[in-house]
Amino acid sequence: MSRKIKNKITKASLLIVLGIAIYSCSTPIRQKNEEASGTASTENAAPAEVSTESKDAKGIGKFTKVELSPTLDVKMATIGKEVYDVKCASCHRLNDEKLVGPGWKDVTQRRTAEWVMNFSTNPDEMLDKDAIAKGMLEECLVRMPNQSLTDDDARSVYEYMRENDGVK
Amino acid sequence: MIKSKLMMSAIVLLMASIYLPSCKPKNVSSATSGDAAIKSFVAPGKYDEFYNFVSGGFSGQMTVYGIPSGRLFRAIPVFSVDPEKGYGYTEETKPMLNTSHGFVPWDDLHHPALSTTDGIHDGKWAFGNANNTPRVARIDLKTFRTVEIIEIPNSGGNHSSPFITENTEYVVAGTRFSVPMDNNRDVAIDTYKENFRGTVSFINVDKESGRMGIAFQILLPGVNFDLARAGKGKSHGWFFFSCYNSERANTLLEVNSTQKDKDFVMAVNWKKAEEYVKSGKGVKKDVSYAHNVYDEKTHSATSTMEKEVIMLDPKDCPDMVYFMPCPKSPHGCDTDPTGEYIVGSGKLAAIIPVFSFTKIQAAIAAKNFDGDYEGIPVLKYDAVLHGEVKKPGLGPLHTEFDADGNAYTSFFVSSEVVKWKLSDLSVVDRVPTYYSVGHLCVPGGPTKKPWGKYMIAYNKITKDRYLPTGPELAQSAQLYDISGEKMKLILDFPTIGEPHYAEAIPAELLSKNSTKIYRIEENAHPYVAKGEKEAKVERKGNEVHVYMTSIRSHFVPDNIEGVKMGDVVYFHVTNLEQDWDVPHGFAVKGANNAELLIMPGETQTLAWRPDRIGVFPMYCTDFCSALHQEMQGYIRVSPAGANIPLTFSTGKKAAPAPEAAK
Repeated sequence: MSRKIKNKITKASLLIVLGIAIYSCSTPIRQKNEEASGTASTENAAPAEVSTESKDAKGIGKFTKVELSPTLDVKMATIGKEVYDVKCASCHRLNDEKLVGPGWKDVTQRRTAEWVMNFSTNPDEMLDKDAIAKGMLEECLVRMPNQSLTDDDARSVYEYMRENDGVK
Repeated sequence: MIKSKLMMSAIVLLMASIYLPSCKPKNVSSATSGDAAIKSFVAPGKYDEFYNFVSGGFSGQMTVYGIPSGRLFRAIPVFSVDPEKGYGYTEETKPMLNTSHGFVPWDDLHHPALSTTDGIHDGKWAFGNANNTPRVARIDLKTFRTVEIIEIPNSGGNHSSPFITENTEYVVAGTRFSVPMDNNRDVAIDTYKENFRGTVSFINVDKESGRMGIAFQILLPGVNFDLARAGKGKSHGWFFFSCYNSERANTLLEVNSTQKDKDFVMAVNWKKAEEYVKSGKGVKKDVSYAHNVYDEKTHSATSTMEKEVIMLDPKDCPDMVYFMPCPKSPHGCDTDPTGEYIVGSGKLAAIIPVFSFTKIQAAIAAKNFDGDYEGIPVLKYDAVLHGEVKKPGLGPLHTEFDADGNAYTSFFVSSEVVKWKLSDLSVVDRVPTYYSVGHLCVPGGPTKKPWGKYMIAYNKITKDRYLPTGPELAQSAQLYDISGEKMKLILDFPTIGEPHYAEAIPAELLSKNSTKIYRIEENAHPYVAKGEKEAKVERKGNEVHVYMTSIRSHFVPDNIEGVKMGDVVYFHVTNLEQDWDVPHGFAVKGANNAELLIMPGETQTLAWRPDRIGVFPMYCTDFCSALHQEMQGYIRVSPAGANIPLTFSTGKKAAPAPEAAK
């Protein structure tokens, strides 16, 4: 048998093996894997935009209603500043200057507390689905990292934003 | 045209499908069955069923593969420096490779052992042995990082290691080379028989922290200890070691250590040994060995020189050690899941002896001895033998087990794996390997609860299995489906270094515990910068300490001036990210070590000794964001006597550095 034909046969047998693999196994393998390892990956369906660009938008995440007192919670704002120094200051100035991300001046006027806290604790989903966050990403081109803020951290940082915006 | 091509392929396919089943096994493809691709296929985005921890052999690493895909996930540096991760190059990790010989940047890792509780994988740690400069390492299976290395004194090569007891009470270390010890070390080599001794060490492991310590050593005749396995179940409390060179030859071992028809499997009653240690039968020996521990909070290792071990001499400790004759030059020494059977694999034997723990106990009770060897009782072969596997193959090396009473033994010379039954010792199946197989792995094979399903053969010769790559070829492993009566080859995959032993553990036992980030709040590194506010540069004499931060996509500081010739610059880089899978790298031109690769929340240090004046670039090596290429900076080096003040900045005019911290 010529070398060429042999080669073709080898290729063909590979094709057969692949063919069988593709044809007969998609369901069982998926089931097997899900049993073995739980959630393997997220589906790649195009994410739906669920948020609007409205100023009252609350974003996507666990915060649906945040109670704000008319006056500043100083203790909370102080904790918020500590978190800011470690986890936020690298990219966000307190004035209106854009560094990596936008400056924080007047952010509490532009966004709801819910939106800010959802974004800071759930940035990946927000950047994929939230219209405002997606718009910001187009401007800044760096995805805001998930800095593993706790819910309390996020609330404290928001209080610090309020202080920065002049709430007494 | 396209149509005719399609027709042509259809014909070829048809021909091939008729042709293939009828052809004799000649090569690679003919040895695999038709459903091999399905069985080893893991779809994109899906996970493997098992993690496979594979020795990296002379690469000094341990590698992690997915089974059944054979995909390589990680090479964990253990005994060898790794410039990719900075391991052994950063100031924090250098102490990990300290020994009584100083910094030893390489070793030969042969055997991983995964920790167990009640004889079942618990997913806490992997241990590995250094075969050259004797050491045992512990790897944390949350971080997949080497967190502890302990050197073994009175040892000449730690091959018989790091096998573990049922509850990870002990990790053992048996010396391959016997050596002269104590104050009698400068002796003629041909006085081997008088002056050379072997030891096995029992290293205890703290249940919670995993921290190791050498509990005791046992002084033994100058044989070579090869492999070992703990008893389990009914034989818990015992440890079995294979020994070759019972001739005690010191030259041309190929000939001189293969004179006798039988060597030994050594049985150690370690519970008894513990009692002897407690009752003070041990002798304290002055030694010097390094004990290196990595602290996850300071992100730094410390190396301590230990000065003492307790040595037990069987002469003073009766009923602790026995020898069992084992044909011939035994290598593997494997205990089955029930703990009843101990399988010795004599490399030059034509049979496989299987010992019975019940019979061993009876023979000891009846003092059924065949004399002694250097003062240690030798049990009668026939009295302790369960039976022999007849005509199994050539060159048996290692045996693994499934949960159904089957054993799988590798045969180096005849390049095959043989499946046989523990109950009646009958051979039930055999498959070829490509080629010269060494170790085998069945998931959970060395435990009381084998997970089974797959068997992996780690081969010593790869010739003609892959595209050639010059004189050095990929090392290789082969995956077999053992879920049915017949073993079926389903995949070849290349491995790093020379693969020796390996263990496999169900993915879900580890994946859910994987560390994602180091919490920045918990970072206790002495040079951490928690936030850019704390970034600074300080001079202490000729040391310049840069407290640097990195986040997508800039360093603070990224402009540094005032460094002078003769200075040593320490870049302490803290990665401020707190998100999974966002490391930052750090490199500076002309560095004589390596890069830093800093995990989220971690601090790592690169020492840099500038060798000329000028301005030197530094940059992030791990692609981190769209502006990764912009993540860079400069450091200026001036002549020794220059009057340039120490300044640093990012994005603004340089501010003078605060006065020297004294």
